[in-house]
Amino acid sequence: MSEKVLMKGNEAVAEAAIRAGCRLYFAYPITPQSELIEYMARMMPKVKGTFVQAESEIAAINMVYGASGCGKRVMTSSSSPGIALKQEGISYMAGANLPGVIVNVQRGGPGLGDIQPAQGDYFQATRGGGNGDYYTPVLAPSTVQEFADMASLAFDLADKYRNPVLILADGLLGQMMEPVEFQPYKTEEELKVLDNQHLDWCCCPNEDEPNHHHHEINSLEIDPVVLEQHVLKLGRKYEEITRNEQRWEDYDVNADNEILVVAFGTASRICKSAVDDLNAAGHNIGLVRPITLWPYPYDAVAKAVGPKVKKVIVFELNLGQMVQDVKLAVNGKVPVEFMGKVGGILFTPEEVLTKIRENL
Amino acid sequence: MQIIATRPKTLTDLNFTYCPGCLHGVAHRLIAEAIDELGMRNQMMGVAPVGCSVFAYKFFNIDMQEAAHGRAPALATGMKRARPDMHVFTYQGDGDLAAIGTAEIVHAANRGEHITVFFVNNAIYGMTGGQMAPTTLPNMKTTTSPYGRDVDDIGYPIRVCELLDSLVAPYFIERVSLLSPAEIMKAKKTVLKALQYNKEERGFTFVEFVSTCPTNWGLDALESRNWARENMLPFFNVKNYRDKGKEA
Repeated sequence: MSEKVLMKGNEAVAEAAIRAGCRLYFAYPITPQSELIEYMARMMPKVKGTFVQAESEIAAINMVYGASGCGKRVMTSSSSPGIALKQEGISYMAGANLPGVIVNVQRGGPGLGDIQPAQGDYFQATRGGGNGDYYTPVLAPSTVQEFADMASLAFDLADKYRNPVLILADGLLGQMMEPVEFQPYKTEEELKVLDNQHLDWCCCPNEDEPNHHHHEINSLEIDPVVLEQHVLKLGRKYEEITRNEQRWEDYDVNADNEILVVAFGTASRICKSAVDDLNAAGHNIGLVRPITLWPYPYDAVAKAVGPKVKKVIVFELNLGQMVQDVKLAVNGKVPVEFMGKVGGILFTPEEVLTKIRENL
Repeated sequence: MQIIATRPKTLTDLNFTYCPGCLHGVAHRLIAEAIDELGMRNQMMGVAPVGCSVFAYKFFNIDMQEAAHGRAPALATGMKRARPDMHVFTYQGDGDLAAIGTAEIVHAANRGEHITVFFVNNAIYGMTGGQMAPTTLPNMKTTTSPYGRDVDDIGYPIRVCELLDSLVAPYFIERVSLLSPAEIMKAKKTVLKALQYNKEERGFTFVEFVSTCPTNWGLDALESRNWARENMLPFFNVKNYRDKGKEA
């Protein structure tokens, strides 16, 4: 590991992506992710990579599609309204089994909303987002370090499952500066391995393979019988990801918890402060932080509901979107309460503390 | 025995799915022959559109990507940037390129992407059953302009070559016609030239084919060619708009 540097989340994830072997980046400017596109504009030429400022969010994601179809590590980023525009391309990529990384530095919505941190894109991120039956793994960081670490994880998952992967951050994580330690840059040999890992299906020269069967990157299957098999196969992939890739953090979770808090991303940071204060005062509060929002760690949340837990309280920066998943996990065992903030407003640790205390 | 005509290597042996009298097959063949003749097949990739030629990815015997409607130039940008050692072309119809994909074609051309775009203009949406296209002629009847295209209400057809010719970056822009054997032979030369420039990494190259849609125009093969000659060619001039190779 290198030494720690103080960086904004937007820049840290960009640097980490380059270190993970990303040499192609296509995006369109939008607040609050502008530092990310600007960092890529500065750094990509220095690593002989490609940076293109696209004419639109839609063009950017379709450039990602094209580059991914050539087997390369490729990324785009945006913020909520821009991510909405990218859904066409994400659906096509999922349908065509294409890897790729999409970073969403969420802001308030719906519509233009505002440019403050929010978590209102939870449904869009975890339920596919575009048309048709598909899922994308969704990684939700809660620190700048984790945001950066997720770049490498996202590329690995994308390549392993040949599927687009979302990193769902927010304006706070994007703008905030924290110390970060980076993984080393991939070596030339490692980059070569990455470059050649998809040659069995991607667009590539024919001459090296005398019996080269031409490769088609495509999400169209006009025959319903063929499409049925294609979608069922996608479904088996999503089941495999669900089995293998659930990630979460248990924080002060134990058999004597009185209350269990569930929160992700920025909201979980604020909740941890409140949990710390209450536990220091002699209470016993546990917190589960889902790290993958899809696949959702239902079993982990269910397991964290100890025998003495009276209530589960969900804290989110939206109107209560993850509550639905928490209720599925808790399955009626104990009541599930919710506290949310919207419009780009954060709750304070005191507000969280008060809400928990009311339920003790 | 001597083989004097055969399927180009760049076409697969699948049967085309086009209607009788349609000229997509001719355009496909011209492109495939040119790729063969220029020895580009091993280094060539293509992008298929949405529209009648949506299955072009099955017909061209090279690695192909199928784009969302209008997005082919964006895909081609990503492909060319990812594989600068390879060559890329897109194949697009008028609805795809001049309506839903207007931003993508204008900006790919404006960046001077090193790709070739083949644009088939038959003044109608064929695949979806004959709706009005951005290139539908004034007063022309379609299923969504049943009383004829009213230019006061919906505007005039877009001349794409002229539009792109206003940009600085494009290297080669030409409109050709596929309405007769002689015109097809001429079009072949233009296709060859565009792909030769592509091979030499000169810049953005664009070829528009004035074509027909016998099925949705409600005409037979010959009538549709005559109709296109009388109605389309006066509006869509067959000519070279840009050839930086010649200027140099």
